Amino acid sequence: MKKYKSVCLIAFFPFLLPGNKVTIVTFPELQAYAASKHNDTLYVVNFWATWCEPCVKELPAFQQEYKKYASKKVKMIFVSLNAPREINTVQKFVDSKNLNILVLLLNGGNPNNWIDKIDSSWSGAIPATVMYKLGKKVYFREGEFTSETLEKAIQSKIK
Amino acid sequence: MKKVLFLSAAIIAFSSFTNTGYNVGDKAMNFSLKNIDGKMVSLTDYKEAKGFIVIFTCNHCPFAKAYESRIIDLNTKYASQGYPVIAINPNDPTQVAEDSYGIMQARAKAKNYQFPYLVDETQQVAKAYGAAHTPHVFVLQKSGSDFVVKYIGAIDDNSDDPSAVKEKYVENAVNNLLAGKPVNPSSTKAIGCGIKWKS
Repeated sequence: MKKYKSVCLIAFFPFLLPGNKVTIVTFPELQAYAASKHNDTLYVVNFWATWCEPCVKELPAFQQEYKKYASKKVKMIFVSLNAPREINTVQKFVDSKNLNILVLLLNGGNPNNWIDKIDSSWSGAIPATVMYKLGKKVYFREGEFTSETLEKAIQSKIK
Repeated sequence: MKKVLFLSAAIIAFSSFTNTGYNVGDKAMNFSLKNIDGKMVSLTDYKEAKGFIVIFTCNHCPFAKAYESRIIDLNTKYASQGYPVIAINPNDPTQVAEDSYGIMQARAKAKNYQFPYLVDETQQVAKAYGAAHTPHVFVLQKSGSDFVVKYIGAIDDNSDDPSAVKEKYVENAVNNLLAGKPVNPSSTKAIGCGIKWKS
């Protein structure tokens, strides 16, 4: 019975499990995580995919900055653009890299309907990174970061 | 010093502005690029064509792979109607080995491409067109000696699942051009692999 209870708990509250659980979100749900948060935290949202080489290459830079700003008002979100059916691949990747940044998998439907809502200058190529503060977009970049360029970008926006 | 700074800022702003490539309605440049058989291919080689489906694509990108058979189908359907596919690989193979000329040849042979698969070695064509990722489509219509851009963007609205596609953007564009109708939508966006530019 005890065992049954814990299975139930995990079924309804998967975040009780240890590790970093990848969650599938719709586009409006994604916006609720960062774009529409009206507080002075800087939300750094990175669009990536497990198959995207330059995205994977810049992960350590984000991990490093994540640790550096853990106690500051900076939050990072990785938005995987893998297909929703690839959630297990994404989860395995997240586990193998010990990523502790929040990872969402966007099930946004036709990208043509939401790419411009992130930024009208975005071609759709990944990686791409957008930052929000006080419910407003304060930064957008298409292309990869190094630790130095990411640090610079964050620094310029937390002041 | 201030002047220099202002000037360099202006140059940077200007160059990024001019780097955006073609918009719908612009005249596209002709080019001469090497095909997988070693021969050079130009738009002007196609005397009978009414236009072109120019697709910047590559070997390695999962999106390009997902669209490969749909690209083949586009050529099968539209080459005979005057809109052949011209595929161009703009990626720097020193960054992604899978995008090498040899693998382009192997890929075209394995899938029996009936259209040219060209290598944009200097990346000048991709830059002029404003291609940003693979696959990225430019539908051109011949008008006298000009090639007018009529559509820019995605092949359709679902890269992952061809059976779930609702809007076939490129087909819709070419069908409208063949019927003498305006193209709508004339530009769309899709997620793709950024072009691997030479550093």
